[in-house]
Amino acid sequence: MIKLTRKVEFSAAHFYQNPQFSAEENQRVFGKCSNTHGHGHNYTLEVTIAGEPDPTSGMVLDLKELKDILQREVVDRMDHRHLNYEVPELAGKIPTCENIAAVIWTLLEPKIRKGKLDRVRLYESDDLFADCTAGNEEVRN
Amino acid sequence: MKISLTRRYKFAASHRLHSPQLNEEANQRMYGKCNNPYGHGHNYSLEVTVTGPVDASTGMIANLGELDPFVQREVIEAFDYKYLNEDVAEFRSLVPTTENVCREIYRRLKSFPAARLERVRIEETSKNSFEYDGR
Repeated sequence: MIKLTRKVEFSAAHFYQNPQFSAEENQRVFGKCSNTHGHGHNYTLEVTIAGEPDPTSGMVLDLKELKDILQREVVDRMDHRHLNYEVPELAGKIPTCENIAAVIWTLLEPKIRKGKLDRVRLYESDDLFADCTAGNEEVRN
Repeated sequence: MKISLTRRYKFAASHRLHSPQLNEEANQRMYGKCNNPYGHGHNYSLEVTVTGPVDASTGMIANLGELDPFVQREVIEAFDYKYLNEDVAEFRSLVPTTENVCREIYRRLKSFPAARLERVRIEETSKNSFEYDGR
């Protein structure tokens, strides 16, 4: 089996607030991430596809096709957007690295028709990333 | 799907690779310049991966407000700007190779109360990296 990884970047704004928390509680739990007007990151997304190369093309999945899927499903939805307000798939969820990665997994999985989605890795910064992989641990949302 | 969260930390430390079970010549042959008597240092990059359910009220596996001070207390304060062979008690009787540093850091972080420790990964330099997941 071969794994191939494609990287794509997008920039977006967000903040963390739970509407059921008081202002003090939001501040205590989320710190500066709770600032009401939000802040932003340059996100880096690495998407890994696993599969056997097609004997004719020598490819698991044409990178051009993967690039188009990532553009359509992720970049067009999230780039230069405010994740709290402008991405319906994140509505009602706190747009943490974990939740964004999970939404991206859910968006991409049905679109990958050659090979299988193996991992979604989303970097919020150089020193923080979330991984989504196939597995049993459910997201409680 | 399964989700994990990885946070990267940095520490700078010195060490010397020298096994008391080997004589001087065998140590020199085994560890080469890493055996030089006064030690040498690295900028270590430490990745700590935790996993578990995402808490719906916070959207998080683990709050960095809890993970960062835990790692700071258990590892960074003990390792950063230290000579591992002497300043970290465990390495007085254990060669501080990055394999062993991985295991020791894993042992120190295993008790993190808010999520399950999945893996520790250390880059000793940009060319060497080591991982330990407790198995």
